[in-house]
Amino acid sequence: MLLYAVLALAACTYALRLAGPAFHHRLRLPEHLRDLLGLAAPVLLVALLATAALTAGHGFAGWARPAGVAVGAVLAVRRLPFPVVVVAAAATTALLRLSGVA
Amino acid sequence: MFGLTNARRAFTVVDMSSSWRTLDRGTLHDIALVCLADAVVGASFGAISVSGGLPAWVPVAMSVLVFAGGAQFAAVGVLLAGGGPLAAVVTGLVLNTRLLPLGFAVGDVLQGSRWRRLLGAQLLTDESAAFALRHRDPRRRRAAFWLCGLALFACWNLSVVLGALAGGAIGDTAALGLDAAFPTVLLALLLPALGDRRTRDAALLGAAAALAATPFLPAGVPVLLALVGLLPAAVRAATRDAATPAADLTPAAHPVKEAH
Repeated sequence: MLLYAVLALAACTYALRLAGPAFHHRLRLPEHLRDLLGLAAPVLLVALLATAALTAGHGFAGWARPAGVAVGAVLAVRRLPFPVVVVAAAATTALLRLSGVA
Repeated sequence: MFGLTNARRAFTVVDMSSSWRTLDRGTLHDIALVCLADAVVGASFGAISVSGGLPAWVPVAMSVLVFAGGAQFAAVGVLLAGGGPLAAVVTGLVLNTRLLPLGFAVGDVLQGSRWRRLLGAQLLTDESAAFALRHRDPRRRRAAFWLCGLALFACWNLSVVLGALAGGAIGDTAALGLDAAFPTVLLALLLPALGDRRTRDAALLGAAAALAATPFLPAGVPVLLALVGLLPAAVRAATRDAATPAADLTPAAHPVKEAH
């Protein structure tokens, strides 16, 4: 099932990639459609990040995880290097769990 | 790779450098930096996928065949949250719809032999398109696209394999706080795009909808529901399109009221 999912995603993605070079001379995408398609990516990814940070299953994930993400957010805003940001977030969550915070 | 390239800016930046035979040092340097940054993200992707419980072939096969970081993270994120394969595929695909306009924007780069087009299409990413769009000369556009595309393909896949190997060696992922790594990676990547107010408004509305729906909908579906965040922008675009032709008729449409 997982294999079919990977293959389906790969095939459809490839079709999206090839359409432009293949129909370059015959078609033009309307400006507002291009604009909305561009906006869809950050919208989905922010939703993914919000649900991954705050929820587990159908409920709240507990405080340790969002606290770690919050520390990462502060460091990212201060433009610290990417690996530092991610390790600090995980370390915060790990330390909170070690001290008994779920 | 993530759909966060500021496309509007990329479309307008045109490199006027006189050298046309080879790419200038600045471009080569920028391509190397992008590859390095994406390698770190690729390693995180491999490690997070495997330590979250997916078999190692999933992130590796996905990276070669799908080769789109945002969609890969989204699909794996949905799977790790307990969502079904269908939800994972649909989420990844919606993210990849942006490859359609990108392909049209750099379609000229992949003209010529059929094999070049079929092979080059797989190398289309936000980055390779952005580097092609930085140049006006057709030869340099092509060189930038292929160099960035090939270098990124190599770095991305290698780093995902290394990350997946490292992820397999990790024991208790919850105790190490690795579940906080995935949202943090996304956050760090999204931060520049969220500087744009319209993007931020749409994203916050979408995220609120997804969070509100999480208790009630099957895993994976709430993230798709976030697309309602696009509605205000879509409605605004539609009303603007409707208003444009009417604007010419304004004097006739609003006749001066006669006084009684």
